[in-house]
Amino acid sequence: MTRQTALSGIHESLGASFTDFAGWRMPLRYGSELAEHHAVRNAAGLFDLSHMGEIEVVGPQAAALLDHALVGDISAVAVTKAKYTMICQEDGGILDDLIVYRLEDDRYMVVANASNAETVLGALQERAAGFDAEVQDRRDDWALVAIQGPQASAILAELTDADLAGLKYYAILETSVADRPARLARTGYTGEDGFEIFSDPADAPAIWEALSAAGADRGLIPAGLACRDSLRLEAAMPLYGNELSTTTTPYAAGLGRVVKLDKPGGFVGRDALAAVSEQPIQRVRVGLRPEGRRAPRHGYAVVDPASGETVGEVTSGAPSPTLGHPIAMAYVDQALAQPGTRLEVDVRGTHVRAEVVALPFYSRHR
Amino acid sequence: MSTIPADLKYTKDHEWVRIDGDVATVGITQFAAEALGDVVYVDLPEAGSTITSGETCGEVESTKSVSDLYAPLTGEVTEVNAAVVDDPSLVNAASFEGGWLFRLRVEDGLGDLLDAEAYRAVVESA
Repeated sequence: MTRQTALSGIHESLGASFTDFAGWRMPLRYGSELAEHHAVRNAAGLFDLSHMGEIEVVGPQAAALLDHALVGDISAVAVTKAKYTMICQEDGGILDDLIVYRLEDDRYMVVANASNAETVLGALQERAAGFDAEVQDRRDDWALVAIQGPQASAILAELTDADLAGLKYYAILETSVADRPARLARTGYTGEDGFEIFSDPADAPAIWEALSAAGADRGLIPAGLACRDSLRLEAAMPLYGNELSTTTTPYAAGLGRVVKLDKPGGFVGRDALAAVSEQPIQRVRVGLRPEGRRAPRHGYAVVDPASGETVGEVTSGAPSPTLGHPIAMAYVDQALAQPGTRLEVDVRGTHVRAEVVALPFYSRHR
Repeated sequence: MSTIPADLKYTKDHEWVRIDGDVATVGITQFAAEALGDVVYVDLPEAGSTITSGETCGEVESTKSVSDLYAPLTGEVTEVNAAVVDDPSLVNAASFEGGWLFRLRVEDGLGDLLDAEAYRAVVESA
C-alpha cells in the first residue's frame, strides 16, 4: 500500500509529477527539474522529506546503546549537535547511513532513509537488549520540510525567532516556525546551506505555505526528488542503494572517518571493520568526468582502455545541471583511482572516455 | 491533458509523424517528453542511413533516463534537426515543432500509423 505525506494535497495542487519512492508517493518534480536544481543553487528550494524515518532513542543509556549499535562515537555528540554516521552488520556491510541528533543528554533522534527505516528500527531494537534505553518508532509523528539554498536563512528568518546565525551546520534546536512547534536542524543533502524542519504532520502544510509565501520574492520554488538526486550527486554525497549497500564498507566508500574503531566496549561490526581497515581496499569510490554529453548510469562498466578489462562499476551518474557536463561516481580498482587517470565507461555499447576527478564535483565553498 | 495535434500521425511508442508527399518528419510527442522530464541529449540516425519500421534508430536521454527511439516507417533518413542536437530542450519546449528529430523519404508505405484519436486512446490507457 502506497503511503502519502501530510503535504500530498499541496503537491497535487502545485501540479507535481509523482513517483513511488520506498512505498511513498512523493513529488518527483513540479515543473522542470533543471529549474528546481538551479533554484536550490541560486536561491532556494522547498522539499517534502516526510518519508524519512525518525527513530528516537531515549533513556539513561541511550548514548551507550547508540555507541554499541552504530559505528560512530555517538556519546561524544554534544546536546543540540548532530552527526553523520552509519549502522553496519556484523560483517561490516552497511545497513544505512544516518544522521543522529542529540536533543537532550538522554534523548536522540536517529533519521534513517525511507527505504531502510524498517530495517534500522529492527536492528536498533535488537541491539538495545541489555541497555537501559528505549527505541521508539516516531516515523508517523514527524513530517519533514527542508529549505535549501543561499536564500534559505533569509527566508526562514521571517518565520522564526530562533537565532539562525547561531545555529551552526549539524546542529538542531527545538523552536517554532510559522508559530508551529518544530525541531530545526541545519542539515541537508544538497551541498547548499539549508535547514530541515521536523514538525507535527498536522502543522506541515502551514509551515510549507508560510515558507512558500515568505520565499516568493526571493526565488524559492518547490523542489522534488529528481533534483534532490542531481544536487547530492554534484556534492558527491552517497545514496544508499547506489554508493552504499550491505556489500560495501565505509572504507571503500571513502567514509572511514565515520568509524571509530577504538570506542570502549566495541560496537556491532567492529571486528570485521577493523580487519577491513588494515587491508588494502580493492575498489574505492571515485568521481568520473566523461567526455561528451551522455551520462554514465548506475551499473555501467568502467573499463581500463589499456587492457580492455572491466575495472569498476558506476554507482550513480547524471548530467550535472550546475557544471554543464555529465558526472558519475563509481567504484574502481584502487590502482586506477588517482585523479587524472584515464578510463572508459561502457555507455550502452559505446566506450566513452572518462577521467577520474577529485570529489566533490561541486562545492559552495570554492 | 497533453496536446495531440489532429493533423499528425502517431505510433504506440509515442512518436509523431508529419507526412508531406513522400517525406515524413518525425518527433516524439509532448506526452512522451513530459514523461521523460528535461531532455538533455538526443542520439539520432545519420542522414543517408536507412531505418526500418519498428526497429530502434536512436535514443532520447533525459536527466533521469534513456528511451529508445523507434523508426515509425521504413526509408532513408534525409535530414537531421541540428537545432535539437544542439539544444535538446526543444523536445520539451516544442515537441511538435522546433523539437522535430529527423526526416526520412518513405519507402514502404505508411503502414499502421495511428490517427490522433487512436493515439489519444493509447495515452489515456498509459
